[in-house]
Amino acid sequence: MSYLAYHAKSTPTGLRKILFLNWPLALLLTTVASVGFLMLYSVAGGDFSPWVEPQFKRFLLGLGVMLFVALIPIWFWRNVSVVAYLGSFALLLAVEFFGTVGMGAQRWIDVGFMRLQPSELMKVTLVMLLAAYYDWLPQERTSRPFWILIPVAMILIPTALVLKQPDLGTSILLMASGGGVMFLAGVHWAYFAAVISAGVGLVAAVFQSRGTEWQLIKDYQFRRIDTFLDPSQDPLGAGYHITQSKIALGSGGWSGRGFMQGTQSRLNFLPEKHTDFIFTTLAEEFGFIGGFTLLTLYMLIIIFCVAAAIATKDRFSSLVTMGIALTFFLFFAVNMSMVMGLAPVVGVPLPMVSYGGSAMLVLMAAFGLVQSANIHRPR
Amino acid sequence: MKRNPKEQDGSGRVFARRALLLGGAQLAFAGGLAMRMRFLQVDQADQFRLLAEENRIKFQLLAPARGEIFDRNGLILARNTPSYRINIVPEDAGDVEKVIRDLSLLIDLDPDDLERARTEMRRNRNAPFRPITLADQIQWEDISKVAVNAPALPGISTEIGLLRSYPMMDSLAHVVGYVGPVSDYDLSQIEDPEPILKEPRFQIGKVGFEAKSEGELRGKAGTKQVEVNAAGRVMRELNRREGTAGADMQLTINADLQTYVQARLGRESASAVVIDCENGDLAAICSSPSFDPNLFVRGISVADYRTLTEDPYRPLANKSVQGLYPPGSTFKMVVAMAALEAGLIGTEDTVWCPGHLEVAGRRFHCWKRAGHGHVDLNGSLKGSCDIYYYDLALKVGIDKISEMAKRFGIGVRHDIPMSAVAAGLAPNKDWKQRVHQQDWRVGDTVNASIGQGYMLASPMQLAVMSARLATGRAVTPRLIKSLDGVEQPSGAGESLGFNENNLRVVRRGMYSVSNERRGTAYRNRIVPDGIRMAGKTGTSQVRNITAAERAAGVIRNEDLPWERRDHALFVCFAPYDKPKYAVSVVVEHGGGGSKAAAPIARDVLLQALYDGTPPLEAYPKSDRSRIQAQQERLTREIRQSRAAGSDQA
Repeated sequence: MSYLAYHAKSTPTGLRKILFLNWPLALLLTTVASVGFLMLYSVAGGDFSPWVEPQFKRFLLGLGVMLFVALIPIWFWRNVSVVAYLGSFALLLAVEFFGTVGMGAQRWIDVGFMRLQPSELMKVTLVMLLAAYYDWLPQERTSRPFWILIPVAMILIPTALVLKQPDLGTSILLMASGGGVMFLAGVHWAYFAAVISAGVGLVAAVFQSRGTEWQLIKDYQFRRIDTFLDPSQDPLGAGYHITQSKIALGSGGWSGRGFMQGTQSRLNFLPEKHTDFIFTTLAEEFGFIGGFTLLTLYMLIIIFCVAAAIATKDRFSSLVTMGIALTFFLFFAVNMSMVMGLAPVVGVPLPMVSYGGSAMLVLMAAFGLVQSANIHRPR
Repeated sequence: MKRNPKEQDGSGRVFARRALLLGGAQLAFAGGLAMRMRFLQVDQADQFRLLAEENRIKFQLLAPARGEIFDRNGLILARNTPSYRINIVPEDAGDVEKVIRDLSLLIDLDPDDLERARTEMRRNRNAPFRPITLADQIQWEDISKVAVNAPALPGISTEIGLLRSYPMMDSLAHVVGYVGPVSDYDLSQIEDPEPILKEPRFQIGKVGFEAKSEGELRGKAGTKQVEVNAAGRVMRELNRREGTAGADMQLTINADLQTYVQARLGRESASAVVIDCENGDLAAICSSPSFDPNLFVRGISVADYRTLTEDPYRPLANKSVQGLYPPGSTFKMVVAMAALEAGLIGTEDTVWCPGHLEVAGRRFHCWKRAGHGHVDLNGSLKGSCDIYYYDLALKVGIDKISEMAKRFGIGVRHDIPMSAVAAGLAPNKDWKQRVHQQDWRVGDTVNASIGQGYMLASPMQLAVMSARLATGRAVTPRLIKSLDGVEQPSGAGESLGFNENNLRVVRRGMYSVSNERRGTAYRNRIVPDGIRMAGKTGTSQVRNITAAERAAGVIRNEDLPWERRDHALFVCFAPYDKPKYAVSVVVEHGGGGSKAAAPIARDVLLQALYDGTPPLEAYPKSDRSRIQAQQERLTREIRQSRAAGSDQA
């Protein structure tokens, strides 16, 4: 029995719950999604049909999912964390055996009406499980080695599966958000210092392994790293993405070339212009002002989440809210770093803007958790 | 189990602290992203804007229309005729093979062209919107068939281009030359080549006037700015700057005369040059046999090309300016002028010709074995006595002869815009020392005196020599009459500074050659008084006649294989009193000059003087019936060739 149970009577009930939604957060999400519709309309050359329409339908579905999740008490979600985690883990395994191979990686399961990407689901359920774990774990055990090994295993096992798909971007995201939740739960500094130094050592080992029999990552991943470090090496081949993306971004200038006037995207110089590289189109057509505005919107979402997390007295709610905010942050930070030439091209979409079904639905569901925590917080 | 995590062990404070720390770190990272964005979009915006423009804007070159070439009377010698191409856009065609099958039912398609097109299509698979040429140089009738059936042929389009054509066919092949596609070798020869040269299908002058005046004829390419997408598909035209067409050029050539001369030379391996004594205009420069330059423009077949290169008469060589021949007896005027100008002989002085002369222990023969007896200067030219000139040359010396030859334009490169214009050779002592590291011997002088040995001249140089003899001025050959409507400087030349009396004596000798009985070219005289011809025959040996051969009796030319027969030469000018045209004719291995070259030269001269077919009265009575038949035959041949030439276009 937790603190929440005692104060449950102070939480709103029935449809009154809707009044207690974190409305600014919902509005921010809708605004960001609308930026997405606008850009998808632009990259389609002023057409609703290929991308905007399905994306809009998914967003509506997402809103429904968010509301549904939000209306269910947060303690229910805490209680099903383990089941949710195990479910998405099972799906990850299923991908391993029955998944669809696309673009050199096995990432999707075809579930009829859409293609589901279990690794997306895993990002949220991992955060839920870790939050539930630390909610359950007495505070004095938090930094004990045995009690640390358990969450580390929770993080690393799905990460290993995702890495095997192979999807380097998502596995980094999983590790970072999992580590973030552990950090927030109060695990001792020294562990993080140790892991970071081990990580540096691992990177060194990865580079050492190149060309040997025990090579740790795939050749294409090495090539991505190479071209990230020096895009001019292969401007028409693998470096093409980064080079063209930087050209699009830079040519936008202060105020951009105008809506639907971006030559780089309109003339197809940009790769993946409706998915991973959609930010470049925004920056090309609306310039620094447009890009900065989107970044500000994102950061407002983060700030609202941080504020909500600190305000909530329930440990699970706080950890889940912060964990989801962190996952969301990692999405756009990695994507933007990538298109600005600060990180290698790892295939992380721009959250709520890039065209894509499962990522958006999962994120909306995750924000449903944040809303639920908000609605059902003890008052 | 009751507990309040937030109030237990200060865990709420730990979380708040760490959450703020993490949130702060996220904010800081976002700040970094904003800085990076500002750096790319504000600080480096201009550079990236430029790169973006480079990405999307491509320049396409617009080929300029090549300048056309006209003769002195405005007849067209080289023109641009519309040529049609059939292209296919695979993307629009859908089933490419079916469209090609349908197309081949309508018109004949070359299997080689098709094979090439298929290869190109495979290579261009990523850009199926690029038109690929299926057939080139299509007749208008075929194009209209395709146009009528266009709805049944998706993806097929016709394109119009310009193709160079030469309506005079082989008459002017050596003068005008021809154009062809730019080869890698051509590009390697040009420093900093214009980009248009790298365009496929662009043609440049390869040979002759086309090549030499490439700079003027080509014009300036225009440009078209187009927006392309990443795959290279043209989205729209941004702007267009038309090029400037090449300059039209007018040659000094009289195409009618040229055609006549070419026909008159027939299948001989010969050349003839007609030069205007008054201004140096080259009215005709012919080399025979010739070839059809249109073959080269369209891409000559291997078989045709082999026929041309393996012909012993060398049709591709432009003998009139590239061919070098010992001038033989036509050189005797130069030796006479050298002696007269040096004051070493009087016009009345005579030399005894017994038919041979011993010099330095060697016996040199006169062409006339019986000898000419006593000969003066006039007689020496009229009868072409060799002994007289042996004697003269020994008195004058080779250096003075060589110097005089150069004043007459032999051994000097006349700079006219044609390929490989040869300088010829007027040897002297220094030259032999320098080139052969040998002393000049007196026997060399004897050989040089009758235009044999090292002495070499091109037919054009012989014509220039005759014009200079006729006028006493340094007449210089001129080929371009006007460039883009601007008249080019005349080649009339300054006076050569000779004593007029000396010139008159030599001209008088040449007059005797073709107007007096026993003159070597008397049979080929021009009858009317006002247009009498002065000339000189020449026969140059291409072999040495040994003493043994001479003892056994020299073999007659007709009995020798073609390539060992003598070259026949003739130089002349007319009218004698007021020279208008000078002509040189060289018939390779034609035998004697009087027999093979002089009749041609006389016919050519008459044709030039009358600017058309001369009346029969201009010929000696005995020749008239034969000449009439010849005139009829040539008129017929010319008419046929003209008809073929206009079909061509």
